[in-house]
Amino acid sequence: MKTVMAIIKPFKLEEVRDALTAIGVHGMTVTEVKGYGRQKGHTEIYRGAEYAVSFLPKLKLEVAVESAQVAAVIDAIASAARTGQIGDGKIFVSPLEQAVRIRTGERDADAL
Amino acid sequence: MTVSKTSARLVAFLTATPALAQTPAKIDAADTGFMIVSTALVLMMTLPGLALFYAGMVRRKTVLATMAQSAAALAMVSVLWAIAGYSLAFSGDGAWLGNLDRLLLGGMAFDGVSSLAPTIPEALFMLYQMTFAVITVALIGGAVADRMRFSAFLLFGALWLFLVYVPSAHWVWGGGFLAKMGVLDFAGGTVVHINAGVAGLVAALVLGPRHGYGRDNLAPYDLSMAVVGTGLLWVGWFGFNGGSALGAGPRAVYAITATHLAACSGALVWAALEWIQRRKPSVLGIISGAIAGLGTVTPASGFILPWHGLVIGLIAGAVCYWACILLKPKAGYDDSLDVFGVHGVGGIIGTLLAGVFATGIVSASADAPQGLNGLLAGNPGQVATQAIGVAVIILWCAIGTFVALKITALFTPLRVGKDEEIEGLDLALHGERLHQ
Repeated sequence: MKTVMAIIKPFKLEEVRDALTAIGVHGMTVTEVKGYGRQKGHTEIYRGAEYAVSFLPKLKLEVAVESAQVAAVIDAIASAARTGQIGDGKIFVSPLEQAVRIRTGERDADAL
Repeated sequence: MTVSKTSARLVAFLTATPALAQTPAKIDAADTGFMIVSTALVLMMTLPGLALFYAGMVRRKTVLATMAQSAAALAMVSVLWAIAGYSLAFSGDGAWLGNLDRLLLGGMAFDGVSSLAPTIPEALFMLYQMTFAVITVALIGGAVADRMRFSAFLLFGALWLFLVYVPSAHWVWGGGFLAKMGVLDFAGGTVVHINAGVAGLVAALVLGPRHGYGRDNLAPYDLSMAVVGTGLLWVGWFGFNGGSALGAGPRAVYAITATHLAACSGALVWAALEWIQRRKPSVLGIISGAIAGLGTVTPASGFILPWHGLVIGLIAGAVCYWACILLKPKAGYDDSLDVFGVHGVGGIIGTLLAGVFATGIVSASADAPQGLNGLLAGNPGQVATQAIGVAVIILWCAIGTFVALKITALFTPLRVGKDEEIEGLDLALHGERLHQ
């Protein structure tokens, strides 16, 4: 099993969700986060006081999937979240040791 | 107040009914109705108008504390005004201070009038003036937002009301020495705006800057609240300046017209300057320019023609923009919400410009059939009189504010501690906060 974690532009959430649903991923967790990479943020000016805002609002999407499905999930997120502009985000994949569905006690692949 | 379209018509009117000017005026229903509405409008300027305007410009963690300053100023100053403030400002015609004839509103007849507003019940005049005292104290809060202790703000506000506001209201409006000198201040360029602005500047200097000023991001929490507040202030200003005619008539209408045009041209100029300098006109710039125009036209509003309001707004937008964006960073003081840059500077130039633009016809009355004229109408001396009024109020207010702060500091620290400031005044002072 793997955890696929993606940082995406907030307005891309619905497209990414649709793409994942289409390949059979039926659950995910989304968190509002702030951060920056190559997209450098912006400045705001209030009555002459200038503030650099380097942390931009993004969404962090986490999906737990079976290892065989990882490539398809990456493709789905990458194509749906892509605008071609700087700041589209990143996808990180890491190994997942265990999964438990709390209601039934099912484990691992059955719990996903 | 009797105002006629021309002096000739006025003379004809007076000769036709010669008794009118002499007999004690009776309470007029239209004037009374108009002044009740004006009083309510000015009350609304403080709460929720100013509360929203200010709270929208501070950070999320001090929104409630900032609103608390406006709300508490309203409640506290109203009570102090009824106890002794009104009496000391508006009864008696001493050069320096009124008397105690209206202590606890005593001696005020149910259907009696004040000689300063002879066509409305005195209680209404007292209430109307109360709303001015309220907003002046509340305005000062903007300069010390994010760091002044609530208890200190209350004690300072009470002291300041009697040390600074009450005497200056008496000098300018209650028959004191500045009124006798002929200083023109229709609705509060000196008494309200210079007073609030200078007090704000002195308080900001005494308290010192906010933690992180010039380094941290102090961006406003929600400017849409400030826009709503501006709308309420703007509408309320019709009562503030229109109501200062103390009656329903053409002078009130002229005051409102000049006021509105000044707000509009102030907003346009401020936004245009940002557009040129920063390539983006900001919402904060539009509302700042509107308030600058409104504050600046205030002392002149009941003496001038509509187009004068337009010009005053243009000047206000440009000069107050300069004061907030160039002067403040250069001088290094942290007047959090630009009480001095907008109200202090606006009050100063507006009071001077009243001496430039005053046009006799607008202020002609039974007592002064020629009305009051300024530089453009051939009376250049009026500008000098205005300058004296401005200087006296700045000086008295600066000293009085400093003294009031030092007395307050004997009883309670003026500022919250650094940790409380970082945590936010809402939780530290009021035990409440905004949630998501």
